[in-house]
Amino acid sequence: MATVFKKPHALRDVPLHYCPGCTHGIVHRLISEVIDELGIEGSTIGVSPVGCTYNNYLYFNCDMVQASHGRAPAVATGIRRALPDKTVFTYQGDGDLAAIGTAEIVHAATRGEKITTIFVNNAIYGMTSGQMAPTTLLNQVTTTTPYGRKADLHGFPIHVCEMLATLEGTAFIERVSLHDIKNINNAKKAIKKAFEVQLAGKGFSIVEILSTCPSNWGLNPLEAMKWLQENMLPVYQLGNFKGKDLEV
Amino acid sequence: MAIRERLSGNEAIATAMKQINPDVVAAFPITPSTEVPQYFSTFVADGAVDTEFVAVESEHSALSACVGASAAGGRTMTATSANGLALMWEVLYIASSLRLPIILACVNRTLSGPLNIHNDHSDSMGARDSGWIQIYSENNQEAYDNMLMASRIAEHPDVLLPVMVCQDGFITSHAIENIDLVEDSKVKDFVGEYVPDMYLLNKENPIAVGPLDHFTHCFEHKRQQAEAMKIAKKVILQVSEEFSRLTGRNYSLFEEYMTQDAEVVTVVLNSTAGTAKYVVDQLRAQGKKVGLIKPRVFRPFPVDELATALSRFKAVAVMDKAESFNAAGGPLYTDITSALYSKGVFGPKLVNYIYGLGGRDVKADDIEFVYNQLLEITGTGKVDSVFNYLGVRE
Ligand SMILES: Cc1ncc(C[n+]2csc(CCOP(=O)(O)OP(=O)(O)O)c2C)c(N)n1
Repeated sequence: MATVFKKPHALRDVPLHYCPGCTHGIVHRLISEVIDELGIEGSTIGVSPVGCTYNNYLYFNCDMVQASHGRAPAVATGIRRALPDKTVFTYQGDGDLAAIGTAEIVHAATRGEKITTIFVNNAIYGMTSGQMAPTTLLNQVTTTTPYGRKADLHGFPIHVCEMLATLEGTAFIERVSLHDIKNINNAKKAIKKAFEVQLAGKGFSIVEILSTCPSNWGLNPLEAMKWLQENMLPVYQLGNFKGKDLEV
Repeated sequence: MAIRERLSGNEAIATAMKQINPDVVAAFPITPSTEVPQYFSTFVADGAVDTEFVAVESEHSALSACVGASAAGGRTMTATSANGLALMWEVLYIASSLRLPIILACVNRTLSGPLNIHNDHSDSMGARDSGWIQIYSENNQEAYDNMLMASRIAEHPDVLLPVMVCQDGFITSHAIENIDLVEDSKVKDFVGEYVPDMYLLNKENPIAVGPLDHFTHCFEHKRQQAEAMKIAKKVILQVSEEFSRLTGRNYSLFEEYMTQDAEVVTVVLNSTAGTAKYVVDQLRAQGKKVGLIKPRVFRPFPVDELATALSRFKAVAVMDKAESFNAAGGPLYTDITSALYSKGVFGPKLVNYIYGLGGRDVKADDIEFVYNQLLEITGTGKVDSVFNYLGVRE
């Protein structure tokens, strides 16, 4: 019988613990497909964040290190410097990367570390049950902004890709979304390119992935996808910010 | 009339903060203390307090913002656990040496690594020499009461030190218990207005906060800080007595439970003291002379008082919910042995039990085992093993 669908080998065949409708699972699959396609399973090392994906070392078929909250790019730097011919990626949420770990991501990027960061932006701190993140949209209700985020009280959403694009050390920067099949395919292309940039030794690469958190947004999975499209897309413009035409 | 409520430990702390109505709260969420700033941010959003609430990007920034706010003369509070407290480390020392009376609700959780969200005391015990007053709470009522007393202690002009109010993550922070709240107006009167002596932009007395302090003066400043910690003991007792007049609830440096004719006691912090009291009751019913000492104030360490109290017993088990990896006993144990030695108390046989690391459950049976070991020691007069682990797979 012809196989029409199978799990990527780089994704272990175990149930994921994520909430219904959470897009972390899709991101895991896309990364795993890319690892399969590039044939780098035995030579890839991941760094897990603190956040809902704290235990994603259970899901990826590669060795992984658990970093402290926000420190994944620094840990990845150490791994990559010690093992310069291996592929190293960090997997980070927006609390991890854009709040507590802002210094680490900026400095790994500006040093041009040859690592790849997969940045899952769900506009909230998921793991700790839905507090405002730096990426939270204006007027978005969270447990610490019960009447919505207000610019004068809580500041503005942070645009990580735009910010990192100003740094000369960065080689590839793209923002993608997971709200439909076409965009999921685009996301995979971006993730693949980001890994290829690292393999070609070109410098730091990052893909920001607009994602959902139905549990903490208080929406069902379908409504959450719709909310992402209607609210996140206008604020976080999709597209490539750097390295689109980089030869890899 | 006291207000009867049912609150979790985190709600109790947030309620105390609401009643105190501090000027600034800066925090970053971390399990299991997350709910404290979360409940509090709702009070802020609803206008129930006048506090500036800052949802900063990390704990390092949370405590740094508290330092700024406190230097500016504001009554300032935060909450955290485990790695959040660890990330504050640098600033913990700054806050205490700048003599800023910041209040921190510490909901005890295991310090990574490996990653673990459950309760032990490795976080606050690691900070025991950071110059913060540390007060431990057995249950939700004590967490609330200690929080109400904390500002008074911290802001006392002879003290001016930050205070950490500790309780056990999940065990009390997330368990709902009956609690007696003090009326808002009485809290207001008890806590009073914070009128700092020195603050930024005081025209009469311009200051620089935390400037370079080398060998010409640094030692004297540390000496003053150490003195303030000594004085804090008296102030804690004064404030506790005043609180007792207000509420009828009595607090001291430590609590003694069924110790009057006791031959053996355990010394144990926070919620496990509750389990131990239950075991004491059971063993007392069998005619065994057992009791309990529950330290409330760990910093300043009540050396004289504990040494005197412990000198009456034949055998003592000091229970530590933290390892200090010194190959010579947990932090409470080493402090107690040094207290006994320095006071010339050599009578009681002393043993140490490290228990509950990483949230390992401590059952009544475990505690009973410890008491039985102590009773055996009093029988034989021999201690086979001083350093012990309770409930671990070897
Ligand atoms: C030093 C430190 N501070 C705080 C925390 C608590 N914490 C765990 S996960 C998290 C937020 C994670 O949010 P995000 O990175 O957006 O990931 P998500 O859970 O949404 O996937 C926080 C604040 C921690 N573990 N360590």
